[in-house]
Amino acid sequence: MSDTPEVEPEGGIVAELEHMTEAERAAHEAEVAEAVAPDREIAVEVGDTLLELRDVTMRFGGLVAMDSVSFSIKRGEILGLIGPNGAGKTTCFNAMTGVYRPTSGQVLLEDRPLGRAKRHQITHRGIARTFQNIRLFGEMTALENVVVGADARHQTSVVGALLRLPRHHREEREAIDRAMALLEFMGIADRAADKAKNLPYGYQRRLEIARALATEPKLLCLDEPAAGFNPAEKDELMGLIRKIRDDGYTVLLIEHDMRLVMGVTDRIVVLEFGKKIAEGLPAEIRDNPAVIAAYLGVPDEEDTDGAA
Amino acid sequence: MTSDEIIDLVEMVVLVAVLVAVGKLFQRSKASGRLGEWWNSKSRVEQWAWLVPLIAVVVLIPVINPPFLTTEPGTNFPITMFNCALYALVALGLNVVVGQAGLLDLGYVGFFAVGAYVAALFTSPDSQLSKIPYLWTLPLAMVVTMFFGVVLGTPTLRLRGDYLAIVTLGFGEIVRLLATLMPPLKGNVGFQDVGHPPGTKADGGALFANTNGTPWYMLTIGIILIVLLLVGNLERSRVGRAWVAIREDEDAAEMMGVPVFKFKLWAFAIGAAIGGLSGSLFAGQVSFVNNQKFDVPTSVLFLAAVVLGGSGNKVGVLLGGFVIAYIPFRFTALASYKYLIFGVALVVLMIFRPQGLLGARQRLLARGRQAYQRLIGRPEQLSSDSSLVAEKAGDSA
Ligand SMILES: Nc1ncnc2c1ncn2[C@@H]1O[C@H](COP(=O)(O)OP(=O)(O)OP(=O)(O)O)[C@@H](O)[C@H]1O
Ligand SMILES: [Mg+2]
Repeated sequence: MSDTPEVEPEGGIVAELEHMTEAERAAHEAEVAEAVAPDREIAVEVGDTLLELRDVTMRFGGLVAMDSVSFSIKRGEILGLIGPNGAGKTTCFNAMTGVYRPTSGQVLLEDRPLGRAKRHQITHRGIARTFQNIRLFGEMTALENVVVGADARHQTSVVGALLRLPRHHREEREAIDRAMALLEFMGIADRAADKAKNLPYGYQRRLEIARALATEPKLLCLDEPAAGFNPAEKDELMGLIRKIRDDGYTVLLIEHDMRLVMGVTDRIVVLEFGKKIAEGLPAEIRDNPAVIAAYLGVPDEEDTDGAA
Repeated sequence: MTSDEIIDLVEMVVLVAVLVAVGKLFQRSKASGRLGEWWNSKSRVEQWAWLVPLIAVVVLIPVINPPFLTTEPGTNFPITMFNCALYALVALGLNVVVGQAGLLDLGYVGFFAVGAYVAALFTSPDSQLSKIPYLWTLPLAMVVTMFFGVVLGTPTLRLRGDYLAIVTLGFGEIVRLLATLMPPLKGNVGFQDVGHPPGTKADGGALFANTNGTPWYMLTIGIILIVLLLVGNLERSRVGRAWVAIREDEDAAEMMGVPVFKFKLWAFAIGAAIGGLSGSLFAGQVSFVNNQKFDVPTSVLFLAAVVLGGSGNKVGVLLGGFVIAYIPFRFTALASYKYLIFGVALVVLMIFRPQGLLGARQRLLARGRQAYQRLIGRPEQLSSDSSLVAEKAGDSA
């Protein structure tokens, strides 16, 4: 029987974690980190341009959602994309991931234009995203959701799956382990076996990130990942985003919470009514009068003060 | 109403009432959850130890001919059972398209018809084509229908939802009209003496004669088991996951790297192949093929089998196919009301149990049972029954 169960004693890894010694736990965490970011050399190359938007304009009928927007993202940085509601931030993501094709202008990934590439090909080339309004596969378990992301890198053909050829087995095993490591990394492994639609809201948001990471992206685009989180959860997420960057990913972050944005990003691009109105370091953006006028309104309160 | 009709009606009501009562009891006692857990806690070997005798009983049913289940004297029981198995196979194939990938196909009968005509054209003496042994027509029918599936799917699978349903509906009709209008397909006259597998009985007659349902039934059950295994392999792979992801949220799936069009086309082609296989089995058993059996209502019956049994649940759709085929044979006096009965049944079902008799249920990871056990120490959540969820939430609280 090829299917002899390799069942471990009751409880599995999740329960086991609680009984581990410090050293064991550190070793396990190293394992998890390795699985989360298998290609960490990338982090060494910080600095060159990973993605570039060149005069991207996006029109919907009469509405100009993006008006000749240009900016670039450097390898290994966390770039914040901010702006008031309706500024065109999500549209920017959509133009980058192939949901919409720009009316004019170009998006280049590693100096090659995305052109007419299909959405799944863009994922293949290394852009992954989460959605502002969560879009998980509700009838799948959390683990399966993440494995779908990992499938983006799989080679098994339909025939290979039909006949359960060796590569299929290897890919399945690796994908499951990696998906589980990602769930642990995001801190949601305890609900790995639950259907996505039955998960609490915060778990769903984190599951989206795990699923996107599973596609092994070069650029991870997060669309308001902290929406609906309380301050403690936001802090935790901030830590996670930093960790993701440290693992060698480049992150593009849309977020309304100024404390989070100022605290975690390396640079910030500000949109208003589809136009880029500012770009710079968090401190510069905070003091930029145009940004204050457009986005922060009257400069008030602890929101901005307590940040840096 | 004649007395026959009344008797049938009463019997059917009793049968349905018993089924519903058992089902309710099952649900009420949470036995369904416990049964699932019990089943999941068994190893593969133990599961097979239970399955083998069960399969043996299923295989031998036409020989056993159990009293209340029998359709005699109205209809020959083994023939009824063959038709039930045939519908189960059709439902299994259609489930790949509708249940797993979520593509509404209203013209599935078209593939069934193509399969039947392949068998007829290559084995019936009425056909001009050179003849091949009947059993070879089974894989041939699969290849040909797969080709039809790809040809139909390539332009249409870029359409979504309602549009796809309309185009497939049209396809079913086109196949029927071609059979009527194209001279080589012989319209209503059809093809006599379609071939059958070799073998003779003790008395010298053909084993697979069209009056002898039992071997046909057993052959079909054998094929169902193989198809079940292969479709299960696909389900527990990136292919099955891609299908469910497409069903759940096509755009999100594509943005997670799923080549949506490619996998939709595969679902369509694989569904078509199983439809064609069923068609050639049908042609062989009936031994006669003409343009009469492949109309839209038949397509709708196929779909009803999937929806009734539980779209997305392999065991469910087998049950659905079985029931849809069985009822008109068992309650012959009511057979002319079958569309009315199924219609009412489906409406009632949609109100009280929209997920079908058995709800959607799929395992999407190869060796997933072991993986979940190893990693989290409990099986994955399969049923989306809210009672189970509530229970789990209660446990952890
Ligand atoms: N598919 C579409 N068709 C028409 N208009 C659209 C479409 N998508 C976006 N828009 C419009 O483009 C503008 C920018 O929308 P977008 O969703 O990018 O804003 P946003 O910056 O993400 O805002 P929020 O902070 O509220 O998420 C809005 O006015 C929106 O109504
Ligand atoms: Mg937005």
